[in-house]
Amino acid sequence: MNATIARGADATAPLSRGAGADRFFELITAAAAWLVLLLLGATAVSMAWGGRLAFQTFGWRFITSSEWDAVGGHFGALVPIYGTLVTSAIALIIAVPVSIGIALFLTDIAPRWTRGPIAIAIELLAAIPSIIYGMWGLFVFAPFMAAHVEPWLIDHLGNKPIVGALFSGPPIGIGMLTAGIVLGIMVIPFVASVAREVFNAVPAPLRESAVALGATRWEILSRVTLPYTRSAIIGAIFLGLGRALGETMAVTFVLGNAHDLSVSLLMPSNSIAAAIANEFTEADTDLYRSSLIALAFLLFVVTLIVLSIAKLLLLRMNRQFGRTH
Amino acid sequence: MAVPVRRRAADITAFLFASAATAFGLLWLFWILWTTLKQGAAALTPELFTQMTPPPGTSGGLANALYGSAMMILLGVVVGAPVGVAAGTYLAEHGRHSRLAAVVSFLNDVLLSAPSIVIGLFVYELVVVTAGHFSGYAGALALAMILLPIVVRTTEESLRLVPDQMREAGFALGLPRWRVTSQIIYKAALSAILTGILLGIARIAGETAPLLFTALNNQFWSANLDGPLANLPVVIFQYAMSPYDEWHTLAWAGAFVLTTFVLILNLLVRLLARKGTYR
Repeated sequence: MNATIARGADATAPLSRGAGADRFFELITAAAAWLVLLLLGATAVSMAWGGRLAFQTFGWRFITSSEWDAVGGHFGALVPIYGTLVTSAIALIIAVPVSIGIALFLTDIAPRWTRGPIAIAIELLAAIPSIIYGMWGLFVFAPFMAAHVEPWLIDHLGNKPIVGALFSGPPIGIGMLTAGIVLGIMVIPFVASVAREVFNAVPAPLRESAVALGATRWEILSRVTLPYTRSAIIGAIFLGLGRALGETMAVTFVLGNAHDLSVSLLMPSNSIAAAIANEFTEADTDLYRSSLIALAFLLFVVTLIVLSIAKLLLLRMNRQFGRTH
Repeated sequence: MAVPVRRRAADITAFLFASAATAFGLLWLFWILWTTLKQGAAALTPELFTQMTPPPGTSGGLANALYGSAMMILLGVVVGAPVGVAAGTYLAEHGRHSRLAAVVSFLNDVLLSAPSIVIGLFVYELVVVTAGHFSGYAGALALAMILLPIVVRTTEESLRLVPDQMREAGFALGLPRWRVTSQIIYKAALSAILTGILLGIARIAGETAPLLFTALNNQFWSANLDGPLANLPVVIFQYAMSPYDEWHTLAWAGAFVLTTFVLILNLLVRLLARKGTYR
């Protein structure tokens, strides 16, 4: 009521008072937005600062040396870096075709009434906490790999030239292959949900034209849908890669925490995230702690770059579809 | 006119591949859930909720871990959710066309998928090193940092789904922008925003990596957030990695409780989202 009276007396007064509150509200929300930026920047800076001792001490040898000797104080991160890259590569090799298959199934093949429930079930894979993946991997999946899959791989691929080296060694279940597969399962829902969304967004006239020309479902996918959604699919793959690189707990359970560089995928290894999770609370010297934080810095920077590429590609797709956000 | 055999074969292969891929994806879900259900149901006892985490070789429960987790999640939401809603409001309303909003919106999505273990290390450097000891507060802060980008994203999306006509109607009544936002737009988007927060809770409930170096763990009952605090994910981690059978059983029981909680929240979110006016 006061506002109405005031407005009668002086037309500008309530407006300016409203503007003051408006200004305040905008400041609060803008500050919260700034905080998001600040946290991201502060995390990067804090990792760089925490890792400076390791970077100063070892220089480039930090990422080229595979020697990780806590007692002697020599830290080279080649093994965890290698393990991270290899497990993520295995994850993508599995997850990308499977995700595209799921997206195709959900947009073209499945009976309409089953699409919703199946899509939710696939998305629930992303909801299961990574520690559950880890426990299941350690107690169920690794023994399964050791008993059924790895002996077969060793017998059939272990003696072949070139690929043989990848599948040699004892079938112990714990190792890069098992970790890669578990990571792959975890990445599937992320890639599949983006792929399904963009497949659904392909303009109907494009698909209908292909159908009118007599194209089969496979030809529509390979010649219309995939070329049209290419940048978004690559974006989805990068998103999956970003997830796989930084995944910690599941990998920690099934990778074996070994600091030996081995070619064989069946051998235990380490990853950046797993090394930090396993060793940080035990790190008893400044150099040891700094080396682990330096690893976190590398991981953070690489995942930020990968995820930024993913986001850029997905944004491009959105613009192509003329969406506003 | 028949489609040539080769093209038809390619089509059938694609059909089979897509079906197999979906079956492959669902297989893991059911395998993991079945394992958790079977192992967890066998380990479920009333003592789980009344007794403390035991030393090796004796029986016990997870009461302290459940309490610690609940406290940290609660505090994480109290800290993270308002900031997230405010930032999301800026992105969708006040800063809609600003450069800051574009940058934040972009980087928020990056932060959304950033490795949570790095966030744990950041909070370690920021809080644990400064305070000189591990604490439940540090754990809650790490969880808040993980919750934040989720709430920012869902808030921004829910606000954008509110039709502009509602804003215009508010302005036409002479309402200042902040009242339009807080009294009209928030009301319209309320269920969607709450859904986003629930989704965030489901996510942080299972987060382990950021708690390893912040809340650490505590074998005993402790309601003191200013000291090391037991929590479900880290207990599961330690017990599962141990060589003791009793601890494995407890870890499975914990895994069962955690998975059930997270899945129910997720399904609830989907139910709410379907009911919501603007989804």
